[in-house]
Amino acid sequence: MLALFYIFIGVAIGVSFWQITRVMDLRTVIADDNDNDKQGKYFLVFTVFFYAMMVYCLIAMNVLMLPESASIEGEHDDNLFDITFWLIGIVQFIMQFLIFFFTYKYRGRKDKKAKFFADSHVLEIIWTTIPAGVLALLIGYGIWQWNNVMTLSGDDDAIVIEVYSQQWRWDARYAGEDNTLGLGNVNYIDINSLNTMGVDMSDKNSQDDKQVTELYLPKGRKIHFKFRSQDVLHSAYMPHFRAQMNCVPGMVTEFGFTPKYTTEEMRLNPEVMAKTNNINKIRKAKGEDFYEFDYLLLCNKICGASHYNMQMKITVVDEDEYNKWISERPTLAEVIKQ
Amino acid sequence: MSDHHHKETFVTKYIFSQDHKMISKQFLVTGMFMGVIAVLMSMLFRMQIAWPETSFTIVEAFLGSHQTDGIMDPDIYLALVTIHGTIMVFFVLTAGLSGTFSNLLIPLQIGARDMASGFLNMISYWLFFLSSIVMVTSLFVEAGPAAAGWTIYPPLSALPQAIPGSGAGMTLWLVSMSIFIASSLIGALNYIVTVLNLRTKGMKMTRLPLTMWAFFITAIIGVVSFPVLLSAALLLVFDRSFGTSFFLSDIFISGEVLHYQGGSPVLFEHLFWFLGHPEVYIVLLPALGITSEVISTNSRKPIFGYRAMILSIIAIAFLSTIVWGHHMFISGMNPFLGSVFTFTTLLIAIPSAVKAFNYLTTLWRGNLQLNPAMLFSIGLVSTFVTGGLTGLVLGDSALDINIHDTYFVVAHFHLVMGVSAIFGMYAGVYHWFPKMYGRMMNKTLGYWHFWITIVCAYGVFWPMHFIGLAGLPRRYYTNTNFPMFDDLLQINVVITLFALVGGIAQIIFFANFFISMYRGPKATQNPWKSNTLEWTTPVEHIHGNWPGQIPEVHRWAYDYSKRVDADDDDSDFLHGQDFVSQNTPLLEGEQQS
Repeated sequence: MLALFYIFIGVAIGVSFWQITRVMDLRTVIADDNDNDKQGKYFLVFTVFFYAMMVYCLIAMNVLMLPESASIEGEHDDNLFDITFWLIGIVQFIMQFLIFFFTYKYRGRKDKKAKFFADSHVLEIIWTTIPAGVLALLIGYGIWQWNNVMTLSGDDDAIVIEVYSQQWRWDARYAGEDNTLGLGNVNYIDINSLNTMGVDMSDKNSQDDKQVTELYLPKGRKIHFKFRSQDVLHSAYMPHFRAQMNCVPGMVTEFGFTPKYTTEEMRLNPEVMAKTNNINKIRKAKGEDFYEFDYLLLCNKICGASHYNMQMKITVVDEDEYNKWISERPTLAEVIKQ
Repeated sequence: MSDHHHKETFVTKYIFSQDHKMISKQFLVTGMFMGVIAVLMSMLFRMQIAWPETSFTIVEAFLGSHQTDGIMDPDIYLALVTIHGTIMVFFVLTAGLSGTFSNLLIPLQIGARDMASGFLNMISYWLFFLSSIVMVTSLFVEAGPAAAGWTIYPPLSALPQAIPGSGAGMTLWLVSMSIFIASSLIGALNYIVTVLNLRTKGMKMTRLPLTMWAFFITAIIGVVSFPVLLSAALLLVFDRSFGTSFFLSDIFISGEVLHYQGGSPVLFEHLFWFLGHPEVYIVLLPALGITSEVISTNSRKPIFGYRAMILSIIAIAFLSTIVWGHHMFISGMNPFLGSVFTFTTLLIAIPSAVKAFNYLTTLWRGNLQLNPAMLFSIGLVSTFVTGGLTGLVLGDSALDINIHDTYFVVAHFHLVMGVSAIFGMYAGVYHWFPKMYGRMMNKTLGYWHFWITIVCAYGVFWPMHFIGLAGLPRRYYTNTNFPMFDDLLQINVVITLFALVGGIAQIIFFANFFISMYRGPKATQNPWKSNTLEWTTPVEHIHGNWPGQIPEVHRWAYDYSKRVDADDDDSDFLHGQDFVSQNTPLLEGEQQS
């Protein structure tokens, strides 16, 4: 079978070279009326292919998209995205049609004359001011939403969680009863005493902190994330929550959101169900085990060999369940040998 | 230019040439060679994405010790994407595109005998050549070439413990890029001085062809921004080799705390993108300049809104230097800066839209001569619009949060600067090949080349937007560790197939290029019936470009299809033909356009 494949490739290459040398013998080099006519029509054919592909992707790939935002802050992101996408979609469909249709319509002929048309201030003012006006709206909504997401002060009852990255794993630290994280620095890392996140255990705020390898978040409570990295840049990407922030060695970065649906609720979301069913069909055909939807935190900044496999599961639950879960975790004072 | 009759040896004519036409050909061929390497790399890593667990003989053959049983290692995957990006952005689309056509066209179109300094021009090429050699050499380093992404963010790029490519491979990358920047700066200064000082009589700035404006402004952006990358590279060298802490702080790796204190990777990101973003326009503006010329000539119409085009080039250039932060919305910089950069970034859409509409209006009621160069220019307008529109999504900081570093970004920038700039480059080669080699390229092969390339380009990059919107991060060696991405694999296979066909199809271009160089039909002096001055020079190259006096310029470059009666489209052409060379004096009573 493989031999046949190589023979096929060999023949294909041979034929191409033969064709190329044959074509090279054609000595016409400048497009004539016949070429203009043919190429103009090809542009029309291409337009059909192009629109078919665009529409097919827009429809068929809808099921692959991320489901609706699972955070309250992300709702406006989805809105803004929809507005922007419709807008650029319409412009795209009109502009591409005009480009290719004009190419077809005005394909050259010897007996035709082009119109001498060098300037029109009216037209130019129109297509400068309309984009400017539309952009003003997008910029306004965008910056409003950006401030909305990025403003973290004023949420005093937000749960503070530190997300900690290293090559190639994630850890997290809950701030405990006092909701204040103890100081952290790489100098405090001591693998032997299980202080893997470099927490200053002489800080009284550190004692009740809780280190975990999986995130549990209560539905409806604002979460205030603080990110640290111990070696290179990483990026904590939580696509379902429309959340992402880089983890930078030497500084603490922040992001916040409020989970809107528990994991269980999200699994019943029609968009999620459609996507999951689709995935399970594919997995079944390959004989792989059943997949169930989970929120994930992925690394999204190139960080070395295992960048492609740096993930942490996020589970969103009701507040009662969250309280039960967190109370069962041991505090750092209990875990770290001092 | 007194050495007209100077006897040239093989070495001074073909190797250490100071003639801008020869130097431009040197840039082009070197750029094409580097392009082959970068495209081969992209085909290899696309195969890895589509068939992650399949063994390939070709992988075994190319990657040697960096593969196991025909499956590439994760580190070399990252190295391939890194070097692909570096070579494409800098070596092909900066030096190969701008170097080639700035050199060829600036003296010819402004009416100069050569560049302001032929010697510096030669140095510029040879530094580029040297940097190419160093970059290619880095591919053969034992631990592999640089692998921290083409953006080489520290600490990954600074610490060999973090990734093997950050050892000798990264050192060579930095050396190569430093030499490259020197080459680029020398070239750019030369272009600026030449355009400002050596224009022929009558060639006012407002009569320059748009190619000249594009190259001129590109050179200015280069001079403003490239030195910043050089300083970033040097500071990174200090951090890597001399123990300074410009970009590094609080690092624990391989079981020990490193001594670095007080630096910040965010500082590097600022310095890098201060070049990195203008670089996009260093790549794109020359392609747009070429397109303006090619579209106008082949539409047999003046470019619509000449002054608006110049203004938008200037506006884009200015804005390009104050938008770099949109690459860093989620880098941890102050969110207030995010708002500022969102504002400046989205403003770029205005001059870009003006350019797109002006190209469209130029096509309207034209008499389109669909030569291969024209097809590529129309293709450029199409990909520029498609790619540019998604910029409105990415430039909005609130939306960028969730698609930053996903395949949506990859699709966006490949269309708007990768494919568009490559199309501009191809348009330039097909259009000016007769000027470079005195022969014509084959038309039929040009058509084949265009149609396969544009179908494959859209086949690769249109579906790629959607896997980005599904949340797939870029630079993943394989996606099999995430069941949530299982449904994207089929699309990735389709994308890879398009990429392979599109990559291999470039052989058509190479065959056409090299065969035509020797066997193509002899060119006539002005094959495309164009107005600009380069077509008034003899077909056979001579040192000094024009045998006698340099022509004097009397009009702008776009008097195509000018009529006796400006208001009557049916009236006769003013000079008896549908084009009027720039050196033709105005008729009595003729209006300046």
